[in-house]
Parts: sequence; C-alpha cells; structure tokens
Amino acid sequence: MSQKITMGAALTPEKIAEQLADGGAVAPASVAEYALRLGDDALILSQRLGWWIARAPEIEEDIALGNIALDLIGHARSFLTYAGSAWGKSEDDLAYFRDEPDWRCAQIFELANGDFAHTIVRQFAVSFFQFELYSRLVDSSDPVLAAIAAKAVKEVDYHRDHSAQWMLRLGQGTEESRRRVQVALTDVWPYVDELFRDDGLIDDVLIDDLDGVAVRPTTLREPFDELVGRVLGQADLEVPTGAVARGGGRDGVHTGGFGVLLAEMQVLARQYPGATW
Amino acid sequence: MSLAEGTAPGRMDRGAAGGDDAEMARFDEIMAADGRIEPTDWMPDAYRRALVRQISQHAHSEIIGMQPEGNWIGRAPSLKRKAILMAKVQDEAGHGLYLYSAAQTLGTDRDTMFEQLITGKARYSSIFNYFTPTWADMGSIGWLVDGAAICNQVPLCRASYGPYGRAMVRICKEESFHQRQGFEILLALMRGTDAQREMAQESVNRWYGPALMMFGPPDADSPNSQQSMAWNIKRFSNDELRQRFVDMLVPQAEVLGITLPDPAIAWNEERQSYDLGDLDWTEFHEVLAGRGQANAERIERRREAHEGGEWVREAARAYARKQAEAADAAEAQVA
Repeated sequence: MSQKITMGAALTPEKIAEQLADGGAVAPASVAEYALRLGDDALILSQRLGWWIARAPEIEEDIALGNIALDLIGHARSFLTYAGSAWGKSEDDLAYFRDEPDWRCAQIFELANGDFAHTIVRQFAVSFFQFELYSRLVDSSDPVLAAIAAKAVKEVDYHRDHSAQWMLRLGQGTEESRRRVQVALTDVWPYVDELFRDDGLIDDVLIDDLDGVAVRPTTLREPFDELVGRVLGQADLEVPTGAVARGGGRDGVHTGGFGVLLAEMQVLARQYPGATW
Repeated sequence: MSLAEGTAPGRMDRGAAGGDDAEMARFDEIMAADGRIEPTDWMPDAYRRALVRQISQHAHSEIIGMQPEGNWIGRAPSLKRKAILMAKVQDEAGHGLYLYSAAQTLGTDRDTMFEQLITGKARYSSIFNYFTPTWADMGSIGWLVDGAAICNQVPLCRASYGPYGRAMVRICKEESFHQRQGFEILLALMRGTDAQREMAQESVNRWYGPALMMFGPPDADSPNSQQSMAWNIKRFSNDELRQRFVDMLVPQAEVLGITLPDPAIAWNEERQSYDLGDLDWTEFHEVLAGRGQANAERIERRREAHEGGEWVREAARAYARKQAEAADAAEAQVA
C-alpha cells in the first residue's frame, strides 16, 4: 500500500475504500477472510441490538443500546469494506447478498435477544472479548486492521463499562433480576468457548500469512476470564461451567434463528437487485 | 440513574389564586417584554398546565415517533442507510428525554407522563398513527413529517419557558439534519429505477396530507391556540405555519421530480405564496379520535416496553439504594 492508513484517516468505510483504491492495493486473501469474520461478528450483533431501539426498559437504554449498535455497524462497515476489496465486493454486496453458510460470525453474536438479561449477558461476554482482541489488533502489521481496531477499541471499552454496570445492577438488584441474569448466563455462556478457538484459518494460515497480522483467539482467554470473573464476583453471580456449544460459526454453521435474521436484514435489498439507495 | 427518579419541584399546590398581585404583575411584565420564565419563577397554574400539556405531548410524540421508523432499522437496504436510520431514531429518543426533563421542571414526573401516555389520557402527534409499509416512507417522514415539525418547532426555540426553549434549540438542529436525510433518501430513489421512483411517489402521496395536518386544524377551529399565542408559548397560527411549509416544499418537490398530490397548488402572485387545496379534515378527526391505522399498535408497543422493563428499572433502583446504604454505612464508620 502506498500510503499508511492512519487511525484518523480510516474512520469511515468510504475513506478506507477510497484509500485502498488510491493505493491500488487490496486486502490479501487471508487477511480478507480474517476481516470478514470480524465484520460479520459486529454486523450481526448490531442487527440484533437494533431491535431494542424503541423497546428498551427505559429511554436511556434505547439510547445506550442504539449507540452500541451504531458503533458496531461502524466497525462492521470498515471491516467488510476492507474484506471486500480482496474480491471486488462492496460492504453491501457482502452484507446483503451472502447466504447463511457464507457468514463467518461466531454463534454468540447471532443469539436471540431474549429478555434484557440475555441481551446484557451476551453484550457482557462479547464486549470483553472484543476489547481484548482489538487492544492487540492495534499492533497488527496490517495497517488497515490496526487502524480499524484503534477506533473500535475505544468504543468497545464503553460497551464493557455499560454491560458490566448492568451485570452489577441485575446481579445485586432484586431477586427477580438476579434469577433472570443467572438464567441468561446459563443460556449464553456455552457460546463463549467458540470465541477463543483457533480454527482452520488461524491454525493453517497464521504461521505463514497472518503472523503479526491477526490475533490468536486462544491467547485472549486468560485475560478475558480474569476480567469477566472479577465482574461476576462483584455481582455475586456464579460463573457458569460445564456446557459448551459445538459452535461452527467460523465455518458457516449457524444457530436456528440466523436464517430469519438474514431474511429480515436482506429482504429489501434482494427485492430490488442492482438498485442503489 | 433514571431522570424519572429525580425529585421535581413540588409547586403544583400553588393554585391560580396562590400568586399575589405583585407576582402576577411580574409575570405579565415578563410576557410583555418577551422575557423568559424559569422553573423557580412564579407562574399562573393555567400557564403551567398549558406547558405541561404541550411539552409532554411533544415528548410522547418523539417516543412514539420512534416506532414507525424503527420498523425499518432491521430491513434498511444498505449499511449506510441502516446506520443513519439507527442514529435518527436514537436522536428521537434523545429528544424525548430532553422534553420529559423540561416537563419535569414543572412538577410532573416522567412516570406520571408515561402512565398518561399508555392509558390513552395524553395525546401525541397523530402523524405517528400511520403505517410505514415501504422504505420510501423513511424518506417521506424525514422530508415531510420532520419538515413540518421544524416549521412548528423553530418558533418554539423562543418559547417563554426557558427549559422548553433551550431544549428546542438542540432538537431543531437535529430535526433539520433529519429533514435533509429524508430528502436525500427520496432523491436517491428518484434517481434510481422505475420501481424506486414509483415507491417514492406513492409514499409522498400518502404522507403529504397528514403532514400538512400536523399544523393543527384551521385557525378558526383551534381553541387552544389563542391563549398559547398570548403567553408566547406559540408564536404563529396553524394556518400561517402550514402556508410557510408548503411554500418551502414546492420548490423542493421540483428538485426531486416528485408531484405533490394537490392539483390546486398554484403560485399566487398577489400573496407571493402558493395557493393550496382543502385537506381531508374528517380523516384528521378520525385519527385524532383513535381510529387511525396504528393507534392501538403504537400504544400497545409502548406499554409492552414500559411494563416489560419494570423489573429492570426496579433492579436498578434496588441496586442504587443498596449502594447508597453501603456508602452511608461506610461514612458512619469513618465518623
């Protein structure tokens, strides 16, 4: 790439697309695969969270969850724009014209919103994971990934704060909130494991192509457990152990509700193929 | 955490006769000088009631108004449009929040206002009782509904009640951004395929009349308007604002290439304004009477969110209470 994409210059997907075009460079195939999964994670969670806007328990939460969804769609657009550069595809080609098996998000991102406790527990796990991931990805030797991560890590830090505060409120609030958040932990936690697996892309490609570019998921587990454990301890909640979901999101295996999520998200774009909006 | 939990100034006990002559004279003086009333100033009960009625109605409109557009967040046809739409609906939640806060300074708390909303005692703008069956409705709402709202609201930035006027300054800035976004959605559709152009025109056909009715009934039939104008809460009459809106709209429709669905629209050289045809006020009164497309759906959704979220708010209150008790205990120990 002719020009280093700095943090400030890579804030919008349009900017990324523009700079990539200017430099005549595209994401290398393995980097694109890696960016695709990060983009899918963020986009699918944003799609889920968007549902809460106008449905949250109070207006402040309509705003907070909306903010998080907005941050995530911003990250997604950047990652997908970068990934798409490898295949001559736009962010919208990737978001609207891929079928279920082509999506690379881990399953936790697509889990149904459930009640507010389920949404918060999902957010709690995911934001602590993403923070650990992005805070290492800022040192990636790939300048685009590093720049996207540099913006994302600051925002995800707020997401951590938001979800941790709710874990405390729900855990130490009322008997009912405590019961609900414990149920949510039992339901959501089996999907946490998948976030920290080194899969085919990482194992086979990392040593050659992605070394210094990507972050090995397995390396994130320890700091994640440490921080998450601290919050759960403070909230007086039990860390769920035992059940682990089989996963497979990185290989295109998705949970029951995912097809319906895609159907909603993609319906209009697919109704008018070739249209610009 | 929630503003609803804050203590509002308890001034409702001061009846209309509660103010002495000097206080009333001072109030009249401020009105005459076009000055501002602040929460700690004395004000007549009727002025307070009129404000609470108007501000809470406005707040409810913002909150209910999130629904027709929220309907398309999940289906927005591009990621950029999705992000813009989410930000917009989120802005509306923010507007609701400023306005409820402004109303709270008059002694009515948010829970009371919510209760009035979900039990149907309080009104909100009827425009939000229409369905949004197509994506083009996101454009029409921005261009027409937010456009009409701006004409209504810009004068409110100078409203005599300080917290309301100041909230409106911020709201108007964001609304004018929303209007341009709506215009831009329609422009993209009009520059698109035949099917997209049809979608845009069909949507504008549906929203034009209801948007014009947002200014309220013709001046002759608007009972609350005169007092509000005397108190400097409202600055222009319904018909004046409606005219101003149409005059703004016609050239914009030309740029879009959209036909406004009123064959009577014609430039009137003498008045230097556009003439317009009659509106279907029967329809307006039907919706106002609760027989619009979505009246029941809107309230049901709000009630679901409010009641379904009670356990969450209760947990937050309980946690805050425990934290405060723990802090007190720690302080006592130090002492």
